[in-house]
Amino acid sequence: MSGDSVTPIAAGLFTVADGPVRLIGSQCARCGTVAFPSQPSCPKCTSVDVTQRLLARRGTLWSWTIQCFPPKSPPYAVDDPGAFEPYGLGYIELPGEVRVEARLTEADPDRLRIGMPMELTLVPAPGGETQGVVTYAFRPVAEEPNHGGTG
Amino acid sequence: MSAEDVGIIGAGIHPFGRHPGVTGLQMAAAAARAALADAGVSWQEIDFAAGGSDAAGNADTSVSMLGLTGVPFVNVRNGCATGGSALTMAHAMLRAGSADLALVVGFDKHPPGAFNPDPGDWGLGAWYGETGLMLTTQFFAMKIQRYMSEHGISSATLAEVAAKAFRNGALNPNAWRRKSLTAQEILASKMVNHPLTQFMFCSPGEGAAALVLARGARLRGSSRPPVLLRSVAFRTRRFGSFEVFSPSVAIESCPSPTAEAAAAAFEAAGIGPGDVDVAQVQDTESGAEIMHLAETGLCQHSEQEKLIASGATEIGGRLPVNTDGGCLANGEPIGASGLRQVHELVLQLRGDAGARQVPGRPTVGFAHVYGAPGVSACAVLSR
Repeated sequence: MSGDSVTPIAAGLFTVADGPVRLIGSQCARCGTVAFPSQPSCPKCTSVDVTQRLLARRGTLWSWTIQCFPPKSPPYAVDDPGAFEPYGLGYIELPGEVRVEARLTEADPDRLRIGMPMELTLVPAPGGETQGVVTYAFRPVAEEPNHGGTG
Repeated sequence: MSAEDVGIIGAGIHPFGRHPGVTGLQMAAAAARAALADAGVSWQEIDFAAGGSDAAGNADTSVSMLGLTGVPFVNVRNGCATGGSALTMAHAMLRAGSADLALVVGFDKHPPGAFNPDPGDWGLGAWYGETGLMLTTQFFAMKIQRYMSEHGISSATLAEVAAKAFRNGALNPNAWRRKSLTAQEILASKMVNHPLTQFMFCSPGEGAAALVLARGARLRGSSRPPVLLRSVAFRTRRFGSFEVFSPSVAIESCPSPTAEAAAAAFEAAGIGPGDVDVAQVQDTESGAEIMHLAETGLCQHSEQEKLIASGATEIGGRLPVNTDGGCLANGEPIGASGLRQVHELVLQLRGDAGARQVPGRPTVGFAHVYGAPGVSACAVLSR
């Protein structure tokens, strides 16, 4: 999905301005703690000296589950239990930054495992498919070839 | 018994489950009346009260059903720690000598199905709920999923925990779910959030529980078998704790609010986790009971798989856990669950728990609640 004709589900959550989608987090200038979504103060040391930081696009799956029943609406965007399709979600550890919660593009439990490499992407937001509203998600990526531990 | 001791001299409960036509406040008043009758004291004698619900009204409104006596009554609304917070306040008031007889009450009444909170109430953008991330069940599933991979817990053990809960619930006339289910039936029930199936989760429900606490002459003069509230501790989350409704979590980790509240409660009581004869721990789903056993110090991490298989957590085992069926069999009326646990400990320590009585005359009990957005309260009782 290109970034040309899409509407983000919320402002300030992610950006497609400079090519591939990036999550917008924040980083504390005092202790270095990274948070997502960006927030005006540090959740660790309480400093208000924080700056915006675009987060890494790749990470590993820290934990996951499959949402097997339709969430109540509100707050879910779609109130049509009959049309519900299960979806995956999880926490993706972005190395040296933070673990981010996200929807996953994969909903088959047999194709998800803790530690697998994942990459940020955009997907149609629930209920916003026809209006081009998108949200962020992570998708599995092929394992890097093993170069004998050198890479 | 020392002058500083605080004891529980009365315990009352309104059955948990579904009660069409009965309001949460009516259940609260019924539980309070039962606790007062059990203690043999009148509402007019109570000189401090605290309590609350998450979704069923202000607790002090129930005083209009009990009688308007001018009693100082603090309304508590503190998520799953509502009962524990009320107990903390009453304990502190009695220890300070600011009251002699206190009543605490917790109650709730929730509609069927998963909770559907408003993201705005939790400091989150509407997108979080719109995209389907605002469900407590997801958090519990992802926490146990990670824990299973790190500590060798199997799905069969998740099912065994739920089977025990329903077995115990079948022995408890006040429980909601009173039908035993086999581990196979639990594993085969509908998947809710991997790895947790329908019967591994508790359901939001209805119910109320109340206690009468006393100090000094009112405690020593009680006709009820003495059960001392040795300590109660309440904590919120620190940075790095993995909690419900978190769009992100720090990579660095820290002790959970459960671990900190439990450690504080044991230290204040001068009693260690190894001394506990009967425990009630938050079992929002069966994985939570497994994780909380280790977080509270009642066992070691990675020990649970063997511990549970050995039968240690059964009513006749070395460490009976959730003897009244826990949240799994009683459901989760948020404001009531914490005091239900203490109510159960009072019965067990008195030897009044009937068909589910722990054998061997237990002397030390431990209660633990945990909930959104990362709060925990723990209590140590002894006779």
